[in-house]
Amino acid sequence: MSKPEYLLFDKNTKAIFWNLNTSAIQRMLDYDYVVGRSPSIAAIVAPTSERSFEKFFYGTKEIIIPIYKTTKDAAKFHPEADVLLNFASFRTAYPVTLEAFEIPQIRTIVITAEGIPERYARDMRIKAKQLGKWIIGPATVGGIAPGAFRIANTGGTIENIIASKLHRPGSVGLVTRSGGLFNELSNIIARNADGVAEGIAIGGDRFPGSDFLDHMLRFEKNPQVKFMILLGEVGGEAEYKVVEAVKNGLITKPVIGWCIGTISKFFGGEVQFGHAGAKAGADRETADAKNRAMKEVGIHVPNNFNELPHVIKGIYEMLRGEGVIQPIVEPEVPPIPEDLSKAIKEGKVRKSTNFICTISDDRGEEATYCGVSISEVIEKNLSIADVIGLLWFKQKFPDWASKFIDMVIRVVADHGPAVAGAHNVKVTARAGKDLMSSLVTGILAIGPRFGGAIDGAAKYFKMAYEKNMSPNEFVEYMKNVEKIPIPGIGHRIKSTKNPDKRVELLKDYARRNFPKVELLDYALEVEKVTTSKKENLILNVDGTIGVLLVDLFKQIGYSNEDIDKLIEAGAFNAFFVLGRSIGFIGHYLDEKRLDMPLYRHPTDDILYDVKRPEGI
Amino acid sequence: MAQRGIREFDGKRIIAQNWKDYFGDAFNYEFKSVLITTETDFDKLPEQYPWLKDTPLVAKPDMLFGKRGKLGLVLYKIEKPGDVKYEDAVKWIKQKMQEEVEINGVKGHLTHFLIEPFVPHKPEEEYYVSFSMGDDYDTVYMSAFGGIDVEENWDKVVEVRIPPTASDEEIEKPIKANVPNEIKDKEKYGDFVVRAYKMFRDLHFVYFEVNPLVMVDNNVYLLDFVGKVDDTAAFVVGKKWGELEFPAGFGRDLTPEEKYIKELDEKSGSSLKLTILNPEGRIWTLVAGGGASVVYADTIADMGYVNELANYGEYSGNPTRTETREYVKTVLDLMTRSKHPSGKPKILLIGGAIANFTDVAKTFDGIIDAFKEYADKMKQVGVKIYVRRGGPNYEVGLKRIKQAAEELGLPIEVYGPELHMTDIVRKALEEEKAA
Repeated sequence: MSKPEYLLFDKNTKAIFWNLNTSAIQRMLDYDYVVGRSPSIAAIVAPTSERSFEKFFYGTKEIIIPIYKTTKDAAKFHPEADVLLNFASFRTAYPVTLEAFEIPQIRTIVITAEGIPERYARDMRIKAKQLGKWIIGPATVGGIAPGAFRIANTGGTIENIIASKLHRPGSVGLVTRSGGLFNELSNIIARNADGVAEGIAIGGDRFPGSDFLDHMLRFEKNPQVKFMILLGEVGGEAEYKVVEAVKNGLITKPVIGWCIGTISKFFGGEVQFGHAGAKAGADRETADAKNRAMKEVGIHVPNNFNELPHVIKGIYEMLRGEGVIQPIVEPEVPPIPEDLSKAIKEGKVRKSTNFICTISDDRGEEATYCGVSISEVIEKNLSIADVIGLLWFKQKFPDWASKFIDMVIRVVADHGPAVAGAHNVKVTARAGKDLMSSLVTGILAIGPRFGGAIDGAAKYFKMAYEKNMSPNEFVEYMKNVEKIPIPGIGHRIKSTKNPDKRVELLKDYARRNFPKVELLDYALEVEKVTTSKKENLILNVDGTIGVLLVDLFKQIGYSNEDIDKLIEAGAFNAFFVLGRSIGFIGHYLDEKRLDMPLYRHPTDDILYDVKRPEGI
Repeated sequence: MAQRGIREFDGKRIIAQNWKDYFGDAFNYEFKSVLITTETDFDKLPEQYPWLKDTPLVAKPDMLFGKRGKLGLVLYKIEKPGDVKYEDAVKWIKQKMQEEVEINGVKGHLTHFLIEPFVPHKPEEEYYVSFSMGDDYDTVYMSAFGGIDVEENWDKVVEVRIPPTASDEEIEKPIKANVPNEIKDKEKYGDFVVRAYKMFRDLHFVYFEVNPLVMVDNNVYLLDFVGKVDDTAAFVVGKKWGELEFPAGFGRDLTPEEKYIKELDEKSGSSLKLTILNPEGRIWTLVAGGGASVVYADTIADMGYVNELANYGEYSGNPTRTETREYVKTVLDLMTRSKHPSGKPKILLIGGAIANFTDVAKTFDGIIDAFKEYADKMKQVGVKIYVRRGGPNYEVGLKRIKQAAEELGLPIEVYGPELHMTDIVRKALEEEKAA
């Protein structure tokens, strides 16, 4: 730290940033890169963050900046940091500053929050002075030491920084209250002089931690600063301190001064113009009075803000003529790599995508299901089956189809605790596993032998019908060629004399509401053949669902090939998986409610037939 | 905002609610004050406050302005002091609410009054105490000569400065040592001032004045109170303040439009401010930024057009498109209510400095949305638009606003940071002069 007293920031300054404000930090690092210095942020303090570091860009490279819970810790591990950028909210900024007062290495604290109680702001200022520390703010954008150190957002975009020549030092020491006008002034100075040497926005509050004079006295000592510009405001006494200093010879460099708020004289203090600190309590505090007082001691005061550029140009050219200011060789500026997301948004680059999605979109104001917003789903009273239509098949089912899907889900929801999937769920739940693990053991059991009959029935009945097999031919084909029982045929108890009521309801619904039920009709012809052999070889509920789903998709416009692809992809099975998950979750919750212990299968229920292989 | 005047009623209520914490049992204060508004049901009031019917009363407006005694706005006697009955006070208040009055050059109606018991006392018992917060220290003012003539007797007021970091002892010692000699029970008065100062400090008052202060034994009467608090401290001491309203100054009641923007501002993380200066004015401003907005107003006044300046306001801190649209619509609505009697077109200045992080394109989209809704009305009254702005995405914003205005048939001139910030004011008003 061998910088002179009059400098708060130089090219080696390292700061601790209080608050994980990623965009402000990234802007600082972009600036560092452009001016060719090392990253200016040593550490971040974020008490509530669970992360211990964050990644940022420095040029095209990524760097890691550590995150600490307290400023003390950050300072301990980064003894080179002497600036705290206190970006805490108005609620926390005060205690954060008090903590920083205790840390000897911290010399400068920048406070951005607006709305810090005045009593706290005044305390901070007084304590900082006692400790020999600097506070910039509160309620400020900060400031900049061009070519060396940028406080957070000061200067705006990188493009503006370069346009306003804030990337390399000029000759002007600038002090303002307002952050917005700070930027404007930098621009005016770049256009009418050679740019800013150091600039500070002291903040709009009544009790800034440091004021115009504090910084102008530093500028007076800084050989880089050849003249100063003060942009003051109606209200307060800060400008008079500068007037006194000029009068007493503490400031000898040329000063240009202007106080905004000359309007207020027309409205008798009734209207609050601008910042909280900007209200004249007495005649002395009006902008006119201050402009007059500045003029009287030889500060260069324009007649109005419009004239300010001319006055700046005049002083600059005078100092150039005198040889006080030398011409500046403009440095090379490396281009700042643009963020990919921004470049894409602006249509500057293109990149092929890795994923495609054709069913939903979460990018707009509200997520959509196939273009239908979720609120519309609710408002139009769409059913779960309608949502399945949108998300699985990208269409709004006709009502008759939606109602059928809904029936299917209800019919397959559960089949008691003894079936393979439900049994798995119960055993897993009793082993103390969570919902997800228990549920998947049930789902993993679904396949050709358990719950797979819907798929199978759809596949084989459809194939036979398309190939114009007679029902007899089909039964023979399954027996002789495929060598499996016909999926969807047969029931443990139900028979022609004792029909399955679920099947009756589904068939009845389909006959009355489907435009056509070709495959069902065919399947029932097949049933006539099978039941003639054995009474319980009826078209069961899986078979009925399978063939009716084929009829459904045919009627809503799917070709035979399309339906084959659906079955191949598992779409029919999906209705069973979805429906049966309801039952599986029920069994899991049931086990948790009952709090049953670990299940161990009784040994007497197992035939042990273990033989030792020979030769061991 | 920061320092806000509060009603005498609220000030006394806050003092009463926190009394025990600061005064314990050393002093008694009986809080007997009733706030009267235009909504008050005078028939039901005595049910809630029975003392109104059996105590002589004092009534006065409670609307932040002072010198009420000198303005003849304190009712404490009909024939002789202390003979004001409830019915008299009601009659007087009702009458005063109807009359238009002028206070410090501002005309308006009285809407809020305070009724309190009349406290009989002698002029020599009227003490004075006040505290104010300064740049480097707080100041305590003490005097034995309180009452309405305190300013004439200001030379008898003793001032004590208390540094912000003072310990209890550093507060007590100088106050007690400087109690004016004319005060009868100096010790008791000093003790009271020390306790009241701590209350002033802890409750984030920035001004606190009791005048006159009457002390009888351990009973304290705060006959008149003026206070200001720092409203940014609401998150620290809001609970101790209780429900606290910050009234606008007398005659500065907010117009419905100002109120709407104020509510919008309170709900938003950004800043949206609007003050109507002269609804008949021809020059309207939509300026981004607290500093820039002042510079635009300055420049208009400086060029001799202060009488034509219709509004002061600003938007800043990256407001959303919707917030900007609502803000701009409010201004356009006011602006397009009638043609100017002179028949001259109105001028709309859309200005601002080079923004630090406000997305210019986004806020301009909000302005364009409002243009679309008001284009017909703007054409009817005749509006010429001048734009100057810089900052993130400004090229896009400027291009869009120019295109939109031209499509809507609104005359517009658009400039970026290459033009000096307030040069659009000069351009607009020079064209005006030439016309």
